[in-house]
Amino acid sequence: MKQYTNVLDRPISKGKQEVSLSGFAFLFSELVQYNQTQVDNIAELERRLEDAGYAVGTRILELLCHREKGNRRETRLLGILSFVHSTVWKVLFGKVADSLEKGTEHEDEYMISEKELLVNRFISIPKDMGAFNCGAFVAGIVRGVLDNAGFPAVVSAHFVPVDGQQRPRTTILIKFAEEVLQREARLG
Amino acid sequence: MAPAAPRSGEAIFASVEHVNSELFTLTYGAIVRQLLTDLEEVEDVNKQLDQMGYNIGIRLVDEFLAKSNVSKCVDFKETAEVIAKVGFKMFLGITASVTNWDAEGTTCSLILEDNPLVDFVELPDTCQDLYYCNIFSGIIRGALEMVSMKTEVTWVRDMLRGDDAFELKVKLLKQVSEEYPYKDDE
Repeated sequence: MKQYTNVLDRPISKGKQEVSLSGFAFLFSELVQYNQTQVDNIAELERRLEDAGYAVGTRILELLCHREKGNRRETRLLGILSFVHSTVWKVLFGKVADSLEKGTEHEDEYMISEKELLVNRFISIPKDMGAFNCGAFVAGIVRGVLDNAGFPAVVSAHFVPVDGQQRPRTTILIKFAEEVLQREARLG
Repeated sequence: MAPAAPRSGEAIFASVEHVNSELFTLTYGAIVRQLLTDLEEVEDVNKQLDQMGYNIGIRLVDEFLAKSNVSKCVDFKETAEVIAKVGFKMFLGITASVTNWDAEGTTCSLILEDNPLVDFVELPDTCQDLYYCNIFSGIIRGALEMVSMKTEVTWVRDMLRGDDAFELKVKLLKQVSEEYPYKDDE
């Protein structure tokens, strides 16, 4: 393997390499377990997972902008949402997200839903942890992408029970900051 | 009924579900970053990574044994070969090779040609003592302990520190015989 002194000189991989799902699942479970030892309550655990995801989101945005989009920036709200819903999801999870919806009650809310989030596949939440969702990691990834693309938002993950399905659906709720909506209105 | 033949690493890797290695790489990076923020001392981070690897290893070995159908290894040499050819292949899709056997056959080197954990990574000056991939040493140690082998796994060469390959030294300390839980005459 050719040695590069500077990591920035190395060619970027095409992104086709894969590892086994169970390898990733083991790694993710250790991430969650380690964070459980560092916190006292669920809100903090979610925040830590989100922060970990934020770092992933920042980097994946830079990588994908360069590799997939030829360094073009998204400037419109729908553009960046569709980037997250299709491109980011496809690269990270192997498929586009199940659905992208606009919130009915608030102008600034959008929802990306997934029947079974990849990170939640081998995780079951004990009853005493209430509404905790390891999808907070994915919410962090989305927040990292949006924030660094210039669309600050508050992102959270929620379980939504579905009739006829044993495991609930996961929804990533995105609430954009005021300035994003104002800019979007200005751009027409 | 004859036992099923052991499957090659390639075959198992092809049959399991896959996930993009970049997600894997970036998640591992997030873990190391969290540890560095929490623990501050690089030596503590190394230990914590090893411990996390150990926790993974003790569970990983069950999946490994279930999917690979390998028969009991005759000696440590075969064990090392199986880890390199089947183990690393089925979980990470990479091939490792085994070299440098010592005279007694208890110490060997595992060489990793490519390593999905270190894509996009470089070590800053403040962390030159960090063994970034230390989770591997824990995984191997944990997995082997579950099959009654106490080992010591250390890094010999690390590409992030300027060497030309990733080399792990695996040393068999002792083989712990399985204790029969019941007394024979009861």
